[in-house]
Amino acid sequence: MCDQTFMAATFGPCDSCGKTGPLMNIYIKNEPVNYCSFCVEVMAYRGLQKGETLETLRQESDTLKKKLEEERGKLNDVELHQVAEKIEVVGALSIKTRRVLKGHGNKVLCMDWCKDKRRLVSSSQDGKVIVWDGFTLNKENGVSLPCTWVMACAYAPSGCAVALGDGLDNKCSVIPLSLDKNENLATKKKSVAMHTNYVSGCTFTSSDMQILTSSGDGSCALWDVESGQLLQSFHGHTADVLSLDLSPSETGNTFVSGGCDKKSCVWDMRSGQNIQTFENHESDINCVKYYPSGDAFASASDDATCRLYDLRADREVAIYQKDSIIFGASSVDFSLSGRLLFAGYNDYSINVWDVLKVTRVSILFGHENRISRVCVSPDGTALCSASWDHTLRIWA
Amino acid sequence: MARDMSDKEILKMELEQLKKEVNTARTPVGPNCADTIAFVEGLLPNDPLIKGVSDDKNPYKGDKGGCIVT
Repeated sequence: MCDQTFMAATFGPCDSCGKTGPLMNIYIKNEPVNYCSFCVEVMAYRGLQKGETLETLRQESDTLKKKLEEERGKLNDVELHQVAEKIEVVGALSIKTRRVLKGHGNKVLCMDWCKDKRRLVSSSQDGKVIVWDGFTLNKENGVSLPCTWVMACAYAPSGCAVALGDGLDNKCSVIPLSLDKNENLATKKKSVAMHTNYVSGCTFTSSDMQILTSSGDGSCALWDVESGQLLQSFHGHTADVLSLDLSPSETGNTFVSGGCDKKSCVWDMRSGQNIQTFENHESDINCVKYYPSGDAFASASDDATCRLYDLRADREVAIYQKDSIIFGASSVDFSLSGRLLFAGYNDYSINVWDVLKVTRVSILFGHENRISRVCVSPDGTALCSASWDHTLRIWA
Repeated sequence: MARDMSDKEILKMELEQLKKEVNTARTPVGPNCADTIAFVEGLLPNDPLIKGVSDDKNPYKGDKGGCIVT
């Protein structure tokens, strides 16, 4: 190759090869260096190779993805709804609004049931967190927080505390509940988790001692409540993680998470390893929920579909969609038996799907704005929905 | 954290994960679906939202205190 003709402002030993000659003044990573023209050529060639590496990585990734699809496809011998053809159709449901919980001054962003099956906690954009008695509509506790974006809330298994995930100060805190109504609970707030971006979801594990959080920084983390120590972190998502759910099985130590990278991942809590990944949705996954048996999970997405994934078959087995449903689904939950899937949508309605036959059974109307969360009570007697219309509704 | 990683690092991470996943143990969909159906059928009679609960037993269906106008 011929040397290019260039204006040599410097003459001396090359910084790279040491030969004396006319040098080019160039910048490598913002550092000025003087290279002879041969070394510049060599460097340009190497730079190209680096670019190629990115390409080869992508190609390898694509080939592996295709191989994964093939392997999964080999086991797809029959569709879920085909196997379910012989079972009885679900009869007409008599689910109606039984309670409307009013009290929040702004969008209700999240709610969770207590294990005693009657109390629930809800958090709202007005910074208030309220603990309700679902039967009597009594507001048992109310906490006003300085931040206005409590995106996630969870009840402790013992019923003695609630965890709150903050969207503004990126923390997850735990507040112990007291029977004394005059006590200012906000002062007892204890910060447990610290992320570098908003906390989108939080849940207690089997005891009050550990919390699992998901965050907009793309990671999930397991924390010890008492010390605030990070026990395990889970990396693998390439964008914000919006939701997580713990496996219901007693021996299971896994949880599933879904995020803006359209992927849902199943993780091993002890090792921090990503066990399985599913990339079928066409848009952000807003919510993931384990099936009552622990062998499957459902996800709700902005692409207006909900999908069911079987963990043993390692693939998507059903898509709950309809041409008439064009708004994103924000939240899902299963009924006690796992026969019904309740999904809240941005078109203000809740669609009830027959999980096995993959058909829609019913639509629940009532809310006047987007549904932010749906949650079935621990004994399966009621469904609670939280909405941007400032209310929660209990359906039974 | 995903936000701090360069494209190359993200791709490498995904590649590592894919390599692991190609080898996961999988079972056919048919038997798994049959299992799921058996599970559901077992719990179906006790599902309050499907079978319904009689009014006197359901805490939510109670009369919320009506008004008597005299």
